Amino acid sequence: MTTTTAGTRTTSAPAAADPTPPTRKGFNQHRNGPVFWIGMIILALIFAIPMVWMYVTSIKTIEDSRAIPINLIPGSLTVRAFQLVFSDAQNPVFRWALNSLVAATAHSLLVLVVASMAAYALARMKFRGQGFIFALIISTLFVPTFIFLMPNFLLMNRLGWLDTLWALIVPGAAGAFGVFFLRQFFIGIPRELEESALIDGANTFQILTRVVLPISQPALVTLAVLSFLANWNDFVWPVFVLFSSTRLTLPAGLASLQGAYNIDYPVIMAGATIASVPVLILYIFVQRYIIEGVATSGLKG
Amino acid sequence: MATVLAPPRAAADVGGVSGGGKLRLHAWWTPYLLCAPYLVLLLAFVVGPAIFGIWISLHDWDFMLPRKPFIGLQNYKDLFDPSSVIARPFWHGMRATGIFVVGSVPFLVLIPLGIAVLLNRKFRGRTFFRAIIFAPFVLGIAVVGVLFTYLLDPQFGLVNGFLGLFGVPQIGWLTTQPWAWIGLIGMTVWWTLGFNTVIYLAGLQEIPAEQYEAASLDGATALQQFLHITVPGLRNVLVFIITTTVLASANMFGQSYLVTKGGPGDSTRTAIMVMTQEGLRDFKMGTASAMSYVLALCLALISIINFMLLRERRAK
Repeated sequence: MTTTTAGTRTTSAPAAADPTPPTRKGFNQHRNGPVFWIGMIILALIFAIPMVWMYVTSIKTIEDSRAIPINLIPGSLTVRAFQLVFSDAQNPVFRWALNSLVAATAHSLLVLVVASMAAYALARMKFRGQGFIFALIISTLFVPTFIFLMPNFLLMNRLGWLDTLWALIVPGAAGAFGVFFLRQFFIGIPRELEESALIDGANTFQILTRVVLPISQPALVTLAVLSFLANWNDFVWPVFVLFSSTRLTLPAGLASLQGAYNIDYPVIMAGATIASVPVLILYIFVQRYIIEGVATSGLKG
Repeated sequence: MATVLAPPRAAADVGGVSGGGKLRLHAWWTPYLLCAPYLVLLLAFVVGPAIFGIWISLHDWDFMLPRKPFIGLQNYKDLFDPSSVIARPFWHGMRATGIFVVGSVPFLVLIPLGIAVLLNRKFRGRTFFRAIIFAPFVLGIAVVGVLFTYLLDPQFGLVNGFLGLFGVPQIGWLTTQPWAWIGLIGMTVWWTLGFNTVIYLAGLQEIPAEQYEAASLDGATALQQFLHITVPGLRNVLVFIITTTVLASANMFGQSYLVTKGGPGDSTRTAIMVMTQEGLRDFKMGTASAMSYVLALCLALISIINFMLLRERRAK
């Protein structure tokens, strides 16, 4: 708590000298003048308006979306754009949403399972080759992902995974982030819990699933959500490994929708709405996990 | 659940056991078994492909042709031979990527720092502001890309509509330079600024409040405090942010692909666009792989230089 008041101190020179104890109500609001608030509100508008514009446009008529000068309040609202995207056989947006959901869910579950097992071994056990394995995992963090585009494309082809969701679910689970993130968390858990379970006769598998994982819930949720988001939003890879219109995910589909509807902006914004509302709802509910996950990943580096 | 609730009593027992001798916790093969699924994935989709990619780059590897003759370093030589067909588009793409990195990184490093310092004050609605600023990052590049294609539309877009209120004549965001770059950089800042802000904020909260208290007792101004406490306190965070932002900007693909389609002309066709076109659309994977390794080496070099420069300053 005390650290957060530090910011106030930096910007208000002499007044900050008196050592006011940081009480719960000690918001020091009087120090944030109107200029500060106007600045914050403008900032918030810059980030909110484009998103609001996307949703408003999706229920506008085509004429309203092209009005000059722009009218902020549309004359009439319509679900034309949504009717179009849901009935377009060439651009099955609903199918894309389903594909995205299946791929992102399966991907994050796979990450949770393989990363938590490996992270637990690396955090708690001593074994020959451990240092090498850990160094290998670290070294992959320094390799940029575009290196893998060509070889993994050929690998997908060999496995028969081109144009299937497998290509989106499995290869990404080899990323090092999950193992690092969970290993860090597991190291912080007091050993006594596991030792007592061991005394009670539990084996490693039982200790992991009944002791370690339940108390790691915050870390697991964070990792699951970050993996889900990354997979849901992935763009380069699906654009090149998925081809059939029924096999696309939303991001790859949006590119195709843009090609098909060009400047029929309500339709494209309807597609963008369908691609963004699920993750924004998820964001609203687990905002804290996402932001803290990102923050800790940065601090560790 | 029972095991979770048990610890207080049992922990005391264990203390004596584990404190003295070695307690055999698991079979010798257990850690290998636990690591195995992840390691299989790592070898199959990361380590293996990284090596296989080098192998591909040493061949005239056309996905569509049965014969893929070994040609040694010819693909690399071609990239550095100004008279070859591939060198021109490749270096043009590298230049575009370079322009984007140089144009976007300063904003993505400095603006989030300023916002983080503001958000580090205590005020009502702080969490809300932080959440709004981070929100675009959750959307992903495809949504942001099609959204900005509309916002930057010269005729119907909100940006020109807004600027028009101040008498600014219509700007051809997608069709003229330098406006296309400014538009792409602007949308990237809008999209990813929250990510860096959140990392700065976490860093700011690690700086002990006492340092600021001591400084203000000594009569240090806000600016002095920022330069002598905040910036040194964020040194490691700054190194991390600069390095990762350079890498992220060098990966630029979606913005150009969706918004400018590489245009006007091919001025915003980035290295990744050239590489994916060559390898995954024209299926000339040998040259494309060579490109990816040349770009990766350039980035590794830049990262090392970055790291040394920033470390040097700390030593002074």
